[in-house]
Amino acid sequence: MNGHDTEPARFARDASLFAQADADPAGPTKPGQLVLRSSQSSSRKRTLERHRPPLSERLTEMLIHVLAYSAVAAMVLILIFIAKEAWPLLTSSAIHREVTLAKMWFAQQWPGYDTPEHVWQPVSEVPKFGVWPLIVGTVKVTAISMLVAVPLAISAAVFVSQYASRRTREIVKPAIEFLAGIPSVVLGFFALMVMASWFQDFFGFDSRLNALVAGVALSIAVIPVIFTVCEEALGAVPRSYVEASAALGAARWQTILRVMLPAAAPGIAASIALGLGRAFGETMIVLMASGNAAILSANPAESVRTLSATIAAELAEVVFGGPHYTVLFALAVLLFIVTFGINFVGDQTISRMKRRMGVSS
Amino acid sequence: MSTSLKPRRWPRLGDVLLWLTTGAATVIVLILLVIIVGDVVRNGARGLTLTFLTQAPKDGMTAGGIFPAIFGTVALVLLMTLAALPAGVATAIYLHEYARPDALGTRIVRVAVNNLAGVPSIVFGLFGLGFFVQFLGGGIDKVFYGGAKVFGQPALLWAALTMAVLTLPVVIVATEEALSNVSGDVRLASAALGATQFQTITRVVLPQAVPGILTGAILAVSRGAGEVAPILFTGAAYFLPKLPHSLHDQFMQLGYHVYVLATQSPDVDATKPLLYSTVLVLLLLTFALNASAIVVRSRMRQRFSKSHG
Repeated sequence: MNGHDTEPARFARDASLFAQADADPAGPTKPGQLVLRSSQSSSRKRTLERHRPPLSERLTEMLIHVLAYSAVAAMVLILIFIAKEAWPLLTSSAIHREVTLAKMWFAQQWPGYDTPEHVWQPVSEVPKFGVWPLIVGTVKVTAISMLVAVPLAISAAVFVSQYASRRTREIVKPAIEFLAGIPSVVLGFFALMVMASWFQDFFGFDSRLNALVAGVALSIAVIPVIFTVCEEALGAVPRSYVEASAALGAARWQTILRVMLPAAAPGIAASIALGLGRAFGETMIVLMASGNAAILSANPAESVRTLSATIAAELAEVVFGGPHYTVLFALAVLLFIVTFGINFVGDQTISRMKRRMGVSS
Repeated sequence: MSTSLKPRRWPRLGDVLLWLTTGAATVIVLILLVIIVGDVVRNGARGLTLTFLTQAPKDGMTAGGIFPAIFGTVALVLLMTLAALPAGVATAIYLHEYARPDALGTRIVRVAVNNLAGVPSIVFGLFGLGFFVQFLGGGIDKVFYGGAKVFGQPALLWAALTMAVLTLPVVIVATEEALSNVSGDVRLASAALGATQFQTITRVVLPQAVPGILTGAILAVSRGAGEVAPILFTGAAYFLPKLPHSLHDQFMQLGYHVYVLATQSPDVDATKPLLYSTVLVLLLLTFALNASAIVVRSRMRQRFSKSHG
């Protein structure tokens, strides 16, 4: 059905033809031998014509086909089960008494406030579920991490793929793989215990844990992602481009900046997209290093609370099925959709790049 | 004209500048690694004793060791591998050996694999809570235990399955790479001898792909040992006096232990030495796993290039 029957079947047919051809012209020398040979060839013929593999094989193959969809099943189940828990936000009147989509997205006039404001204060007498402080916090931390990670990672990828000697490359690449292997909780720990103190000593921040500390710590997790994809993209630029550029008299740096980087641009863009997806959804680093205060401000020196850290910090203490629980699952749906979108674009770009390179080489 | 054709004695200014800036970026990235690892080793090595590795935490986690966390981590990644490996290898075999590359089903599987790798780890945690703990666990309790809470609560089994879903793409990608490194010649040779496709895969292709699959399993274990967010709500516990002795028990885990010690401890200075040593154990564990994956992979590539180069 998938074309996998056809090739063995063809082999089987060819082989059975050979078997017949073998049997026919062979002159009988002894009667006993003839019987033996013809019985051999006819039994061989039978097994070769019945090319259906045994039941156990076909069952295992079916199992493989079913298991192959486990990743698809996982994606679908993830979406269904987080959406299921968030669904009452749209339908349940009991939850609407405390929170609605409108109350989450638009500024509300809260008791004790002069003007309508976006406030995230889910545990208080009047629970407030304004999501903008969390979204601004997430964007702020993500932006800082990308500002640090993108130039560093792309430059390092250019150096490793263009200038570094073979020996340097064999040191730098495993080192960055190790950096990628550091668990995010360790990066969070380092940001919380060490980096935050250094930053406070240097910049004199009021709050020790803030968006800048979390963003820089996050960039350490993002750099290996961008570096790896970027380096691969630069390495895949056809040699003929480089040679053509050199033949026209371009210097090495001109070739890199005006030929290599533009040729590798889709791959570089994809690497940034994948890094962005990682930064946007990363939990433990921001949970530990950001200070977790839901303040609506653009100041990187202030403490922030991100979407993922909010879920991680608050879900353990909520009533199952209550308004707060429902809102947290709605935030997870938002995270899922945004990261899916970013990664989808990144992956499509990479596969398009690979297909194009496959054709050109 | 003739002067410009002579080899240049000095590199061009542009090259010097580009070399310096990109080289500086590379050095900064390496320094980051050195600073982090150096700090953890310097502060954590002293506390890394045999008793630390073999005892349970004592005195409100300000003394004693981390044995329950090591035990829980190992149990978690073993169960996770048991679940992720068969599904991951089967998916890779399907994608590489059976599926037509342009068929719609294949493309859907590929999109799912790639995007599963990008789902935020905290979303896996919520999925584990909603699907495994409440739906599956709660369902098992209703059917077999008359509604008593046995499986319908955070537990080792559910955390391991959640982690298996998270590490599935790692196994798939590594296995597929291993399968594509098996040359087409041996497949044709096997088919020419009359083997069915299934026989070719199980007896010729898979044995050659074992190192690559092993690499994938090691990388998955390394990822699973370090992730914390997916197990926050699916089974990890602050502190347990006893080791887990069944699949529906909660467990302690190294990464979660680091998180708890770093953020929830009432006396940060008292727990700091323990915290550093715990981080060092976690780092050593993931580094050892990653290093062995790199070694296995480079051996595999050497063998591959030797037989074809």
